[in-house]
Amino acid sequence: MIPLHPATFVAYTLAVLTGFGFGFVLERAGFGSARKLAAQFYLKDMTVLKVMFTAIVTAMLGLTLLRAAGFVDYDALWVNPTFLGAQVAGGLLFGAGFVIGGYCPGTSIVALASGRLDGLVFLLGTGAGILAYAGVYPRIADFAQRGGRRLLLTDWLHLPYGVVALGVTVLAVLFFVGGEYLERRFNAPHNASTP
Amino acid sequence: MDHAIHTDSTLDPAPRPYWNPYAAGVALGLILLGSFVVFGRGLGASGAFTRGLARLARSVAPAWVDANGHLGGYFAHGARWWDDWLIFEVVGVALGGLAAALTSGRLQVGVDKGPRISSRVRLLAAFVGGGIVGFGARLAQGCTSGQALTGGATMALGSWAFMFAVFGGAYALAWFVRRLWT
Repeated sequence: MIPLHPATFVAYTLAVLTGFGFGFVLERAGFGSARKLAAQFYLKDMTVLKVMFTAIVTAMLGLTLLRAAGFVDYDALWVNPTFLGAQVAGGLLFGAGFVIGGYCPGTSIVALASGRLDGLVFLLGTGAGILAYAGVYPRIADFAQRGGRRLLLTDWLHLPYGVVALGVTVLAVLFFVGGEYLERRFNAPHNASTP
Repeated sequence: MDHAIHTDSTLDPAPRPYWNPYAAGVALGLILLGSFVVFGRGLGASGAFTRGLARLARSVAPAWVDANGHLGGYFAHGARWWDDWLIFEVVGVALGGLAAALTSGRLQVGVDKGPRISSRVRLLAAFVGGGIVGFGARLAQGCTSGQALTGGATMALGSWAFMFAVFGGAYALAWFVRRLWT
């Protein structure tokens, strides 16, 4: 039954390999470059949107098939608990920091591994932000810990799993069509060549 | 096949093109799926930073870390800081990024920045932005990897809210900081 949960040593070896694949793909997608990442927010290069939603839909449909075939114990999968207020507030801050700093934590590691000094400095800043959060945590703990239930889109929408999976897939395709349009609209040939 | 965004004023244009975004997305999705199948969990990044940082802070201010509601838990049972799945995964991310940069000809020391700002301004923005990202990621209990990708694929409601909030926050601020990038 899935998940397999191998023994610790095997799990840690496979964890390095999993991370290796993750980092390799991030670099090949272009996510070691802050400019390419930030271009997402100026509608010139929608690669972030395309890669993210393709990855989410691929993994989601894979889980859907495995679940339908009876191979996966969905209750044994780790699903992020929902802390709605903290996640929306944290997400807004995160997005603001992303467009200022040009990376997110995972991509800044790849940037540093590619020799980008701004990736290193971003990481140092991230460390400072985490410590700052730990510092104020006692005062905002009530807000940060409000919620914490395992809530799925299916619970929220009161729809069956398969219907929501189809809906997410359709939404992603709509994003891709929109993204391709925006790239053509905002990345006309005269400003495609930089700088 | 690709847009020319990856070139900039301080780094050489990439000798090898980036992958097609949809192909990269499928590859990433299969890795994410593999992680769920083998480990029952998805990917992550910011959690490993927090863990390593908690260890560093503990060597400077042990009493503060142990008493801290956010960091103290990592050492509650005498756990070693590196003895965690996420630490090994993030080491892999760095190695994978390095291997990919080496084999694509993109391994090069430099600063990636917009054409209108100095490297100093870029590094300052990277530090400030990184700080806000670090704070936001801890508040949301995860980042683009641990929340958006992982929670997105398992249909976690809060992770979807986080993901749209990230795009919302970034688009809302983009115009005001356009000088950094355009």
